[in-house]
Amino acid sequence: MKAAGEGSGLHGRNGRRLVIGLPYFWLALFFLVPFAIVLKVSFSEAMLGNPPFAPLLQTDADGMTALHLNIDNFLLMFDDSLYYGALLNSLQVAAIATVLCLLLGFPMAYGIARAAPRWRLPLLMLIILPFWTSFLIRVYAWIGILKPNGLLNEWLMGIGLIDQPLAILHTPVAVYIGIVYSYLPFMILPLYATLVRLDLTLLEAAADLGARPFTSFLRVTLPLAKPGIIAGCLLVFVPATGEFVIPDLLGGPNALMIGKVLWTEFFNNADWPVASAMAVLLLVLLVGPVVWLQRSQWDDADSDGERS
Amino acid sequence: MGRRSYWVIAAMIIGYVFLYGPILSLVIYSFNESRLVTVWGGFSTKWYGELLHNEQILSAAWLSVRIAALNASVAVVLGTLAGFALARFRRFRGRGLFTTLITGPLVMPDVIIGLSLLLLFVAMEQAIGWPAGRGMLTITIAHITFSMAYVAVVVQSRVAQLDPSLEEAAMDLGAKPVGVFFAVTLPIIAPALVAGWLLAFTLSLDDLVIASFASGPGATTLPMVVYASVRLGVSPQINALATLIVGVVGFAVLVAGILLARQERLAARSSD
Repeated sequence: MKAAGEGSGLHGRNGRRLVIGLPYFWLALFFLVPFAIVLKVSFSEAMLGNPPFAPLLQTDADGMTALHLNIDNFLLMFDDSLYYGALLNSLQVAAIATVLCLLLGFPMAYGIARAAPRWRLPLLMLIILPFWTSFLIRVYAWIGILKPNGLLNEWLMGIGLIDQPLAILHTPVAVYIGIVYSYLPFMILPLYATLVRLDLTLLEAAADLGARPFTSFLRVTLPLAKPGIIAGCLLVFVPATGEFVIPDLLGGPNALMIGKVLWTEFFNNADWPVASAMAVLLLVLLVGPVVWLQRSQWDDADSDGERS
Repeated sequence: MGRRSYWVIAAMIIGYVFLYGPILSLVIYSFNESRLVTVWGGFSTKWYGELLHNEQILSAAWLSVRIAALNASVAVVLGTLAGFALARFRRFRGRGLFTTLITGPLVMPDVIIGLSLLLLFVAMEQAIGWPAGRGMLTITIAHITFSMAYVAVVVQSRVAQLDPSLEEAAMDLGAKPVGVFFAVTLPIIAPALVAGWLLAFTLSLDDLVIASFASGPGATTLPMVVYASVRLGVSPQINALATLIVGVVGFAVLVAGILLARQERLAARSSD
């Protein structure tokens, strides 16, 4: 253990144990254990009571304890189009919104990374600033803009582009706008982080060798920006898949997303086992991307640390 | 850069207008005399007056601020330890799981975090009688769990940039490890801690979904009140509230930005 920790202030054995142990314990108790309980509840049966589900281990009249694993909740997911439809719809909406985010975010991140150094921090701050204001209220702002007699329609009719108000609110378009708007900073920041470190002499070399700007963009810039693209896409895609507020406030009643269905199962129907089964399914679908993100993110950070 | 730079400039203009247009519309229409949010009826500050007399919003805001401050203070301690461990201790048993636990809350959908924590709180109450009921305490615990991950990332990147020779020098001069941490390391990473505290505070103040799961009948936070009133349609009082939040946050981010910029200048000077 004579590695990089050598120079640190808290590297005594006990200090080190405390530094790692305290956050580790907290996250294990409040982030890891809860998932085990979700898994447990997803296999139990809903019933009236507090809490509203039956225990997995039940003792019957003869004093025999038996394990009751109930997979009906999961069967229901694949049986009822409400659930699998919402799941597929969420993945589709999140994927499209992620691509839209990338299309808008990449040139912005590129522009900031290529701006004069003294402009970079202010431009970045302007990207981050909206993220610090209330997310809920920013989504709410779009209701006033997109509704039939909202600002956008008034303006478009004012300049004579349309005669009839466009129905945007409560459609998938409104959900896309909401997701791109809310998650754009998460796309731009990792993209910026990779683009700002990009060695410009590589592009010059490509130009000297006769590559057109577009070719060198495709063959030099894009491959080098790949870690940022992966991180940005996952930071948008994964939370957007389970998004509740945006589809609830901006989306229509028909295009259900999994986060909203889970919310309804839990709060309106008080069906905790079905809500848990949905959480498990969503988790299984998202664990792969999350692990991928974690590896790309921390590998990146590690190589940074070694360089400095 | 040639022709491509026009595309870049166009995307940047569209992007910034896209980011700030909605916020601007909220601010402008918060001063609207008319109740109809999209019809301009003249300048007025009456919605601010109504907002300041809205007992429900005020008590919810006070609860949210207390939760956010408590959350940020605990999250900064835990997040700093975690960020420090990630940046400095390259190898330890369970590092893989540790990084997963830090990354998880950053991306995990809110509904999953909220549901799983609620089930934990219910199970714990059944098993050991703590936490008794749900309210401010459970919301705060839930918020600490995800905000400490954000703090850890901020602190980790700051510690990774840190020049270890400063700490080594202090050690060579005979300072104890804990002494070095408080006398040398902490002052250098202080701006990251301030930024982390503010980030944790904002995240907590902003959270609707996780708080809704973790809360009980007694505790209603500001986002819950806002959500309930927004569901009923647009309301000028919410615009006024939004303007106040944007004002406070804008000011806080400005201060944090200045602190970070000064820190970066100092770092640049010391590395010359």
